[in-house]
Amino acid sequence: MRQPHHAPRPLLEIRDLRVQFATPQGTATAINGVDLQLAAGQCLGILGESGSGKSVTARTIMGLLDTPPARVAGGEILLNGEDLLSIGAKRRRQLTGPCMSMVFQDALSALNPVHPVGRQIGELFRVHRGYSRKAAKAAAIEMMDRVRIPAAASRVNDYPHQFSGGMRQRIVIAMALALGPELLIADEPTTALDVTVQAQILELLKEQQAENNMGLILITHDISVVREVTDQVAVMYAGRIIEQGPTAQVLSAPRHPYTRGLAESVASEALKGHRLPAIPGSPPDLLNIPVGCSFANRCFLADEACTAAVPALEAISAGRQSACFHSQEVPSHAAYSH
Amino acid sequence: MLGYTVRRIGQMIPVLLGATFIIYALTFLMPGDPISALTGERPLPEATVAQIRQAYHLDDPFFVQYGNYILGVFRGDFGIDFFGRPVLGLILERLPTTLALALTAWVLKLFIGLLIGVYGGLRAGKTGDHFALVFTVLFMGVPGFVIALGAQTYFGVHLGWVDPAGIRAGWPMAFILPALVMALEAAAGLARLTRTSLVDVLRAEYLRTAKAKGLTPRRIIWGHALRNAMIPVVTYLGLSLAGMLGGAVIIEAIFNLPGIGGLMVSSINNKEGTVVVGIATLLVLVYLVFNLLVDLTYGLIDPRVRI
Repeated sequence: MRQPHHAPRPLLEIRDLRVQFATPQGTATAINGVDLQLAAGQCLGILGESGSGKSVTARTIMGLLDTPPARVAGGEILLNGEDLLSIGAKRRRQLTGPCMSMVFQDALSALNPVHPVGRQIGELFRVHRGYSRKAAKAAAIEMMDRVRIPAAASRVNDYPHQFSGGMRQRIVIAMALALGPELLIADEPTTALDVTVQAQILELLKEQQAENNMGLILITHDISVVREVTDQVAVMYAGRIIEQGPTAQVLSAPRHPYTRGLAESVASEALKGHRLPAIPGSPPDLLNIPVGCSFANRCFLADEACTAAVPALEAISAGRQSACFHSQEVPSHAAYSH
Repeated sequence: MLGYTVRRIGQMIPVLLGATFIIYALTFLMPGDPISALTGERPLPEATVAQIRQAYHLDDPFFVQYGNYILGVFRGDFGIDFFGRPVLGLILERLPTTLALALTAWVLKLFIGLLIGVYGGLRAGKTGDHFALVFTVLFMGVPGFVIALGAQTYFGVHLGWVDPAGIRAGWPMAFILPALVMALEAAAGLARLTRTSLVDVLRAEYLRTAKAKGLTPRRIIWGHALRNAMIPVVTYLGLSLAGMLGGAVIIEAIFNLPGIGGLMVSSINNKEGTVVVGIATLLVLVYLVFNLLVDLTYGLIDPRVRI
């Protein structure tokens, strides 16, 4: 792909990524040709339901897939131009932590139960920067302060189970931010938290992202989270990105029937007293992805063309892409409400 | 912590009373007469028998006998055997041999079991793991005394690497074979437990976190996986040390080591209730103490159960 030299090189660029899982029933295609770009300082939301491939995408970037059963079947993941899929284990370890890091969904299980939180944060400084035990502890306290854990200095020796859910997620974030990564991936960072705490955690992530000019990928199934935090959104369905563009535009005027359906299935004041509209049917079997558009069997716009060929993700207007043959026909008003 | 320890020691008293009561009752119910067992074929005169029975309170009702015994135990008096030797002295004289055997076996078991378990866990599903499985199933399946007799014959008699029996060679040579036999059998269970626990831990989310921190595999395993995997293993190890003392009884008999095992066997044959109860009480006590130690050390390894 030719890169015009006036455009800054993106922080992260994913090209035609394909990931498969070997299962007893056969090969499941979890990611089926994903292209993504993320610039420094940008916040990209990856929106999709469970099984759409959003978490697998994140894990593939971070090198956290269990191989086997997973297998990267093709593609490139370029971080500052360096292909993460072809580098050696040592180089990857050098990048993991200092250049990219990840916030996990369930902080309680993401933290090691037998080590004090301070040691778990400090470990990054010890391993990657060669800090002494004492210096690492001081750095850990500083990080805990930064993510606003009250009385950090006195809690540095506490264990994960001694913290509340929100505080634990702050510790996970402190760990992810510790070495000042350029890329932060947050995989459903607020799903396990209650609503008020969710808002605080999102605010913290957003603020840290802006302060450090990080590229942030926020993976979620929650449209309101995407709307609140992200600049760009990529909607995933059955292992592909089916629509992409500036968050506000994509959510207010979707150009893919699936996005339309997602946007509509959110409870709102206007829908009070009505049945929540849902997309009929269920996602395709990843072991046996149908020919043509994966969404065709659930789509009210589908015709013969849709079941014959896979619609490519193509530009439909400035900065917006959709993978739908009927992107121009997606109605702007409720289509599923009856 | 101190309060907890005191409470736990307090709880040991009723357990100890209950256990000794059951053992005492069982020896009381043992068939045969201890006095006639003393002299074998030649019967003693009636008067002598009556005298001995009186001296040892054998005609008292069971509860009186038991009460007297327990009162004595709390004063540190475990009674005397039929030759007038204090039971406590008999036990203490033989205890070092048993302790040496049990501890040697335990340490060997610790190394063998953890080594095989960790190896199997890290290579779960691969060839090495399958070999480990075959090994452990083999040693778990074959009864301990069969292995003991086989090892004794092969290494002791055929190869002559060690004495087949007896304690003349002292520690470690006289102990190495019996301890190894005990260790191999017990190591199998430990290896299985360690392997399963490690496989579980290796799937844990926090190991994914460790990987996401860019740590080396070595650091992930040593720093994050093993300690968590050891949590269930520690409980087992502590309790198994107590169990090893019990297991030593059989092995001592096979390898003719003068430990409390041999004493126990001869006392049962001679119907010497006081000695049997004394040894059993001691074993129960050891078991309880180890149980307590395990619970107290548990918190060191798992902060979630820290008291």
